[in-house]
Amino acid sequence: MNQWKNFTKGLIKENPVFIILLGLCPVLGVTTSAMNGLGMGLATSFVLIMSNLVISLIKNFIPDKVRIPCFIVVIASFVTIVQMVMQAYLPDLYKQLGIFIPLIVVNCIILGRAEAFASKNNIISSIIDGFGMGLGFTLAVTVLGIIREILGSGSVFDIIFVGENAKTILLFVMPPGAFIVLGYLIALVNKLNKSS
Amino acid sequence: MAKTESNLKNMILTLLVITVVASFALGSIYNLTKGPIEQSKRLKKELAIKKVVPEFDSIMTCKVKPEDGTDSLVFNKVYKNDELVGTAIETYTDKGFGGRIRLMAGFLPDGTIKNIEVLELKETPGLGTKMVEPKFKDQFNDKNPDSFKLLVKKDGGDVDAITAATISSWAFCDAVQRAYNTLKKQGGNK
Repeated sequence: MNQWKNFTKGLIKENPVFIILLGLCPVLGVTTSAMNGLGMGLATSFVLIMSNLVISLIKNFIPDKVRIPCFIVVIASFVTIVQMVMQAYLPDLYKQLGIFIPLIVVNCIILGRAEAFASKNNIISSIIDGFGMGLGFTLAVTVLGIIREILGSGSVFDIIFVGENAKTILLFVMPPGAFIVLGYLIALVNKLNKSS
Repeated sequence: MAKTESNLKNMILTLLVITVVASFALGSIYNLTKGPIEQSKRLKKELAIKKVVPEFDSIMTCKVKPEDGTDSLVFNKVYKNDELVGTAIETYTDKGFGGRIRLMAGFLPDGTIKNIEVLELKETPGLGTKMVEPKFKDQFNDKNPDSFKLLVKKDGGDVDAITAATISSWAFCDAVQRAYNTLKKQGGNK
């Protein structure tokens, strides 16, 4: 298979958030600011790449009937590693993302890719798929975070560009704002995909 | 290579091997990160104490049970040349919008608030989390809760609430009030 295509499909064509619509819970939950989105995206990408790698490595040893528990153990291990490392070296980001880090375990993108791709393809393709999907996810949550931060808090990556007493649209920091922004972005991506 | 057959022996063996390997990996990572995690937690607390009380050279820590609430508050009494210069109280409230909020509130010996730092909160990002910003929390500085009523203006107090986060503002006041009450009650044995 063409590896470049394998990589780029995760960005737009099969973007996990905008097209496949998987893992929406963290997407809507943590994207209140650009930094949170980026942190969550990178953490998820790491888990996705590592679990894709390991699962494609051991796919032949795993009997079909117990494959889901095996995948979950692998994924949960990597999530716990991310959680501990983050807590040790990036305590501020860890505090911000809070409950959503352990919840990466149940992010459907990761199990979805393990089941749909890594368990059927070789190691190289699986890693590349992990990179592509991870980057696509990171891109999506970061863009969502940037838009919500601009509208809701008047800043980008914590750089404030409105006055101290400026009225920002608080709705966009709240959960409904996440749905609204996501809806518009999905429409935009669909339009782009159709025209190309 | 052929796929492993799904018989009982294979299934049990595979699951066993995978979980054992995962446990070993997690155990070693845990040992590796245990040190830095504890250090960053301790550092954070020490930094918070330094921020909320005047300069000091020695510190005495004790636990005090508040009149209301189930858990003890941690009193960090700080001394300079053997004289009490302030108390940093690790206080909490369960009235937050997202559960418990923990604060480090620094008081001068006469009960005046010196400064307050937020240690832990689970409030709505972008709304309740604004309590860590100077605009909200610095309004308590140099105020004595005896004359400065720890209630939001809507309730007849002196505190400017955070826009769209009144519950978080209430909770913040509640935590500070608890620290102050406990300090007052304990005031005799300075």
